[in-house]
Amino acid sequence: MKVPPRFVPGRGPFPTMIDNFLILFDAPVFAVQLLIDGLLVGALFALVAYGMALVWGVMNIINIAQGEFVIMGGYVALTVANVGIPIVFGLPLAFIVLFFAGWLVFRIVICRVVDQDLFTSILATFGISILLQQLMNQIFTADVRTLESGLGMWFVLDNMVTISQIKVVTFVVALAFGAAIIMFMKTSRLGQSIRATAQNARAARIMGINTDRVYAFTYALNAAICGAAGALVVMTWLVHPFGGLAYTVRSFMIVVIAGLGNFPAVVAAGIGLGALENYAGFMLGTEFQMAFIFGLLVAILVWRNFRLKKQRMVLK
Amino acid sequence: MSMLQVSNASKSFGGVLANRDISIEVPEGKIIGLIGPNGSGKTTLFNSIVGYHPLDSGSVRFQGSEISKMIVPQIARLGLLRTFQQTRIYGKMTCVQNMQISIPHRNTNIGHMFAKLPPEVMEKADHLLDFVGLFSKRKLLAGDLSFGQQKLLEFAMALMNDPKLLLLDEPTAGINPTLINGLIDRLKRANADFGITLLVIEHNMRVIMNLAEHIYCLAHGELLAEGNPESVQNDQRVIDAYLGAH
Amino acid sequence: MTRNRKYVFYGLIFVLALAAPFLAPDYQTQLAFLWLMILFALTWDIMGGQMGYNSFGNVVFFGIGMYTTAVTQRNLYFEVEQYVSVSGLVDAVTPSQYVTGMFLGMGAGAILAVFIAFILGIGILGLRGHYFAICTLGLTIAAGETAGGIDYIGGGSGMVAPVFPLALGEKGIFFYYVLMTLAVMTFVVFQRLYSSQFGLAINAIRDDEDKAEAMGLHTTRYKAVAWCASAFFLGAAGGATGNLVGFIDPLDVAFAGSTFGVWMVLMAILGGKGTMWGPVIGAAVFHITQELFWTYLFGWQRVALGALIVIIVVFFPKGIMGFLHHHWPQLFGQTVDEASSSEREGKA
Repeated sequence: MKVPPRFVPGRGPFPTMIDNFLILFDAPVFAVQLLIDGLLVGALFALVAYGMALVWGVMNIINIAQGEFVIMGGYVALTVANVGIPIVFGLPLAFIVLFFAGWLVFRIVICRVVDQDLFTSILATFGISILLQQLMNQIFTADVRTLESGLGMWFVLDNMVTISQIKVVTFVVALAFGAAIIMFMKTSRLGQSIRATAQNARAARIMGINTDRVYAFTYALNAAICGAAGALVVMTWLVHPFGGLAYTVRSFMIVVIAGLGNFPAVVAAGIGLGALENYAGFMLGTEFQMAFIFGLLVAILVWRNFRLKKQRMVLK
Repeated sequence: MSMLQVSNASKSFGGVLANRDISIEVPEGKIIGLIGPNGSGKTTLFNSIVGYHPLDSGSVRFQGSEISKMIVPQIARLGLLRTFQQTRIYGKMTCVQNMQISIPHRNTNIGHMFAKLPPEVMEKADHLLDFVGLFSKRKLLAGDLSFGQQKLLEFAMALMNDPKLLLLDEPTAGINPTLINGLIDRLKRANADFGITLLVIEHNMRVIMNLAEHIYCLAHGELLAEGNPESVQNDQRVIDAYLGAH
Repeated sequence: MTRNRKYVFYGLIFVLALAAPFLAPDYQTQLAFLWLMILFALTWDIMGGQMGYNSFGNVVFFGIGMYTTAVTQRNLYFEVEQYVSVSGLVDAVTPSQYVTGMFLGMGAGAILAVFIAFILGIGILGLRGHYFAICTLGLTIAAGETAGGIDYIGGGSGMVAPVFPLALGEKGIFFYYVLMTLAVMTFVVFQRLYSSQFGLAINAIRDDEDKAEAMGLHTTRYKAVAWCASAFFLGAAGGATGNLVGFIDPLDVAFAGSTFGVWMVLMAILGGKGTMWGPVIGAAVFHITQELFWTYLFGWQRVALGALIVIIVVFFPKGIMGFLHHHWPQLFGQTVDEASSSEREGKA
């Protein structure tokens, strides 16, 4: 159980970092490979971030359980495949299951913290996040899981660069899915009342919109979006019960950079983050990739605050 | 000698020009009024003076030194203080605590941070709470007071800070009309007894005519008129601005 | 009169605390952890409760203290490479070496934690509200992941503290008193801080930071001091806890954001944040509940803890002290003073 510390003298993270950096110059195809992988990942990040921006904008809640919904979606898709249903149905089923899960979470917990201060809702959703993590850990064990799509690879640039077909499919599906959600928000009656509630909940209530139902639907829709993204995640990478927080933090970063309700900017930030993360993982070593993501969050917030301070303002 | 001198101050938000080329002057020891219809840029000017946002152009000089690049607490420590239109007090602290923490922070060092408050501070807090008529409420949470009482508390907190110049943003808004005369009296006493120069934004014409010795009138972000209360009151442009004529 | 009663009360608690490990010898380690939890809640409350800066990042300083102490102990008495092989031996260090190393390490850990708190504070303490909360959450996980990648401190597989050189039965008592001393020190120091201008200032920052700035308060200075005070005690406590646990895992013990990091918030809220005794009471109640979960809900205790977080936050956000405060405000001295101003003049 107890593992003694391993210590190899003279091997810090820095020499490898420089080596890896030089590889990128010696073999530019590596850089291309990293870029492509990053871009394909980024669309998924953008999708999850869009859901977070939706809930944040409409209900003024920062949903820390965002990542757990993603992971749950992954497990739904996995279970569906294990039962023997074709994996194409994984995404719609994850969407539906998570929609109801989100609705349930809203009715039990979120509806009680909607009108309270932000920290209460952050802490409440953090609690939900821990609860869901542990629940998934009990049900699915802590193993890393993935779902084989059965699709192959494309080899380009003299077979130096590989493009996984499932990642391309995922990328396209994620963007199409995002576009569908936006169309829904723009054109449907419900979408319009969501946007009206986001702008001024009190006015919306006076105009006869049932804001409570709008909130419930928004939260459920967000969970469903995350679930769909999770179904794609499990096919392209992997899921494990404790992997959710990274998705939450990525979404938060993307929203902080892109702002609420600006979808092109969200996509751009998502794809940028995906690429950056891949480069960082390569240069610092994969053991520092998570550290990089969370460190980047701190850096972005501090940097934005310094910028605002020049205008005698603060981020709040 | 002028205590505060704003010259050619301009400030816009996006495309909206909130202040254009405004110059005002507040001489030491006087009570100066600032009036204007809603949205004429009075509060923006206040915010520019005390450092809430940068000026696009122009300068703000306080007691001869330029302050337009300083940040809020630095300016406050120079002795230039403001109260808020939407009254701001420390809601979960008692009135006395609100007063105690409002002592001037001009020459404080690290040692003062951990020192207990000297008895003079308590004495002064009680005295000023008495001055605004809140002595009996001094042990209540400030957040439990009525809006008018909070306004008085905020005023008392400002006095506690020993400012040289106090910028008051609508001190009588939301105060029971029967108490307004008392408040005017207190503002005048603060000016005469404590030697605090006042710059007052006010909508209530009766109050400002009674209080100020010199009045500036803003409209659409520009300085429309200035002069003593009678001349401003009878200025046709001011009357037009208030009645909505253009 | 009331003052006397207060001292009797404090005295009783103190005597009880001193005797506790002998009254319940089977629970010495759990009792030692109780003091740690009290320290956690108190050091969180100075930021979150008293100053309104809800931090998920305080546990970073705990981890820093833990690693610093373990590294100090290792480097004092061992060649780094040799350490792996001797760590399993009971007589690896003499008792005096052990204690010296540990206290030196705790001191170094506390100082390093304060230093890092100061550096981080320059950037992070400028953030407000939920940005601060989430930034500190990111900080905790970044710290854990970084520690897990550095081989010098054992990387992802963690680090072992030197083995306690005395009989195992004495380990519980020893750490009980160490952690008790730290927690009591924290309480006394914080109580002293809160009764000074510092206490009023951080309360003012909590209620309305813009107003505090507009009144000329050195807000940055106060925020930095609160953050550093919190870091100091957490750093020292981390050193002791690392030795008590014996095995330092970067993510589960040292920088345990989703256990210790959230618990400290929760205990303060449960007891009533922004009060002196609230965090202490909250820590006691929470710790006992948690131990019961561990005993009776084997396997599902972590799920139950997640549910507990939600329940406390949603249904009991004002905490025990907040409940008392709401129903009996006069207990806390909030009364209308009937003495009119003229009487006051008469007295003066």
